Amino acid sequence: MKILYFAWVRQKIGKGEEDIALPKQGCTVSDLLTMLRDRGDGYAEAFADPSRIRAAVNHEHVRFDARLGNDDEVAFFPPVTGG
Amino acid sequence: MRSIRIQPEDFDPVAATAALAANNLQVGAVVTFSGIVRRDDGLSALTIEHYPGMTEREIARHVEEAERRWPLLGLAIVHRIGRLVPGENIVLVAVAAVHRHAAFEAAEFLIDYLKTRAPFWKLEERGAATGWVEASENDDSAAARWNPP
Repeated sequence: MKILYFAWVRQKIGKGEEDIALPKQGCTVSDLLTMLRDRGDGYAEAFADPSRIRAAVNHEHVRFDARLGNDDEVAFFPPVTGG
Repeated sequence: MRSIRIQPEDFDPVAATAALAANNLQVGAVVTFSGIVRRDDGLSALTIEHYPGMTEREIARHVEEAERRWPLLGLAIVHRIGRLVPGENIVLVAVAAVHRHAAFEAAEFLIDYLKTRAPFWKLEERGAATGWVEASENDDSAAARWNPP
C-alpha cells in the first residue's frame, strides 16, 4: 500500500511517501501507526504521540479504527491548518 | 457556477465577484471572504503545503453540503499554496445567492470547514527560524457550531 506523510510528520520521517506490504489479514490505521513507530528513529519521533496525528484513507478523513487493505492509500499528518 | 482552485498564483476578489454576478442575473448578493497573511509576531513568510487530490475532494464535499443547506447561485474558492509573505492573499471564498443571508452564512460555513478539514498545513518563518502552525481550538469550535445539535 501507498503511505503519504505531510508537514512535520514528513519532515521527521524524512520522506513524503513510501510503499509497504500489509499483513495478509489486513490491519487498522492504528496497527499501521504502531508498526511504523516501531521502526524507530524519525518514525518513533513522528508517531510518539498519536493524539497529534490525523489519518486519511483514499482521500477521506478516518478514525484510527478504520481497516486497511493493500490497495488503499493512507496518509498521516498533523491536524490541518489551512485557510 | 462552481470553481475550486488550489494554486500558487494570486487571485482577484473583485474579478471573482463580477464573474459570479455576471453568470446569473438572479444573483442579488455576493459575499467574499479574503484571508490575508498577517505579520504575526514578526512573521516573515508562510509556506503552505497540501495533499493534492484529497484537498479538492474535501473542499468539494463541503461545497456540496453548503449547496444542500442554502439556495446558492454560484461560488468560487481559491486557496494558495507555496511561500507567501505578509500582506499577500491566501484564501478566497466567494458565494452568490439571491439574498444576502444565504450568501453570508454559506461563506462562513465554507471558510470554517476549510480551516478545520481541508488538508493544508502552514510552515511559518520568523527570520531564520521555522515552525509549523498548530491547529486552533477556536477554529474547531467555529466549525462545530454548524453541526446539527
